[in-house]
Amino acid sequence: MFQTRIHGRGGQGVVTAAELMSVAAFIEGRHAQAFPSFGSERTGAPVVSYCRINNKEIRTREPILEPDAIIIQDPTLFNSLDVFQGLKFDGYVLINSNKNFDELGIKDAIKKIPNKHACCVPATEIAIKHMGRPMPNAVLLGGFAAMSGLLAFKSVEKAIQSKFSGKIGDGNISAALAAFDIVKKTTVTKEKKGKK
Amino acid sequence: MFEQIEGSNAVAKCVALCRPEVICAYPISPQTHIVEGCGKLVKSGKLKNCEFINVESEFAALSVAIGSSATGARTYTATASQGLLFMAEAVYNASGLGLPIVMTIGNRAIGAPINIWNDHTDSMSMRDAGWLQLFAETNQEAADLHIQAFKLAEFLSMPVMVCMDGFILTHAYDRVDIPSQEKVDAYLPPFKPRQVLDPANPYSIGAMVGPEAFTEVRYLAHEKQQRALKIIPKIAKEFKSVFGRNSGGLIHNYKLDGAKTIVVTLGSVAGTVKDVVDRMRKKGKKIGVLSICSFRPFPKLEIRKALKNCKRIIVLEKSLAVGFGGVVANNVMMSMQGTGVHVHTVVAGLGGRPITQPSLKKMLQVAEKDELDDLTFLDLERKVVERELKRERVSQKSGPIAENILRDLAGLKEIKR
Repeated sequence: MFQTRIHGRGGQGVVTAAELMSVAAFIEGRHAQAFPSFGSERTGAPVVSYCRINNKEIRTREPILEPDAIIIQDPTLFNSLDVFQGLKFDGYVLINSNKNFDELGIKDAIKKIPNKHACCVPATEIAIKHMGRPMPNAVLLGGFAAMSGLLAFKSVEKAIQSKFSGKIGDGNISAALAAFDIVKKTTVTKEKKGKK
Repeated sequence: MFEQIEGSNAVAKCVALCRPEVICAYPISPQTHIVEGCGKLVKSGKLKNCEFINVESEFAALSVAIGSSATGARTYTATASQGLLFMAEAVYNASGLGLPIVMTIGNRAIGAPINIWNDHTDSMSMRDAGWLQLFAETNQEAADLHIQAFKLAEFLSMPVMVCMDGFILTHAYDRVDIPSQEKVDAYLPPFKPRQVLDPANPYSIGAMVGPEAFTEVRYLAHEKQQRALKIIPKIAKEFKSVFGRNSGGLIHNYKLDGAKTIVVTLGSVAGTVKDVVDRMRKKGKKIGVLSICSFRPFPKLEIRKALKNCKRIIVLEKSLAVGFGGVVANNVMMSMQGTGVHVHTVVAGLGGRPITQPSLKKMLQVAEKDELDDLTFLDLERKVVERELKRERVSQKSGPIAENILRDLAGLKEIKR
């Protein structure tokens, strides 16, 4: 089972990101369970969502305590909470930022996971460029597909299409593809076929 | 067809497939996306011959449902938490009058303290109100149970609550098989009301009944629920023959063969417990799970039969009878009378506290050593409790408990009152 935790702020589509990830996995014939951290959702407040992907039925209903991957949609969260909590030693980290790990002050945390398992991608800028809206969620999903090798980009594309139609859908897809290419260049993609 | 879909939305689609004629709801928290989804299906014309009524409160929601059901319309509503309490009087009326309304409860805690998260306190508060109560373990089962619920309710002329864990199921995206309209039509015949308000053939429903007949009317409600114990498995069996999968029924047994310790629970936490059981079984521990689908009527005999050969029963429940212990445990204890099997109560998941596998495993290990208390609060922070008790001992004016504990957890200084 592969477990992802997504951190962001209310209004950034954190819950939709987990939903899209689960739909992409479903398209590939896998079982997936996506759910938000439940709370009174307000714009700007820290929000967490989760997605489990497995090749068999997912029965457990606890929050994800030891994620295989963490996606951070808003780097200002580093100041207020430990987003790396429980991350597995061979886990992945994807951050929405145009800065590097040093500038973000998270160099030590990144050192704990394998080389090239972490990546910064300026998802908000990419989103503005491709669709004129600062929505980083679907963009990061493209990056996630490249980094983890867990999902084919085609599945991500279909998942986005199923949620957003017309211009918004197209913009999100081209932005996700741009992120996919950036991340692909900077990380080693490990195929996880049949594993986990 | 399989869909990756939010639990609430899956339920909305399945409710629509049942061709309800009236859906009424008060669209404010604590609501789920269920009635919102139903509203969209009515507005878009996908759900035909159905009136969606936005009412002014939960009390009105169920009151309208009572009225429409009495005129012979298939009627649906949904609520949770304080919403269910606000309609409490109408809850008793619906069952007392024998009206086959189906209502979803997206299970949540009851305040105060204000809490919007999941537990079973809401539906447990209405356990003796005369409705049938079915608890879903997964979103697939939640969707399926609604189709079964209309059939069950209309067969008995009694209302049915389908209880599904708020947030944990209602807000989770899962793989759910949404059946075809043809199959649902084949399974669920049109509503033929046992009693109906019809101007062409007028009579009244809701007479005042004095001591001369009240007991008999109540007895018949009980008798009907006892009959439901036979009908619920039959309806689940028919469901399987049409839709090809197991859903509903009275109880679900998992790895009970040779089990010395059996966890009894309801709702979605059964999935988490099953994962723990599988891990512990691999290490030779003889553990199983029984999840109760039909809480009302309570299947005493079936539960007794399934549990009588084990050494200990652990009732894991998201509800608390303050001043007594477990709500579900109380019912299980009564079922086990005379067997000598020890029943432990573990209260967990109150107000949305996550029930994690490590905590469950630890609790089960303690139980295996025969060291589990009769009543345990899973993951209770004893130190936090002790500090508040101390504050109360020190000062008569120690102030509100909830606020004190939140300040304590945030590491803030105590307020001098």
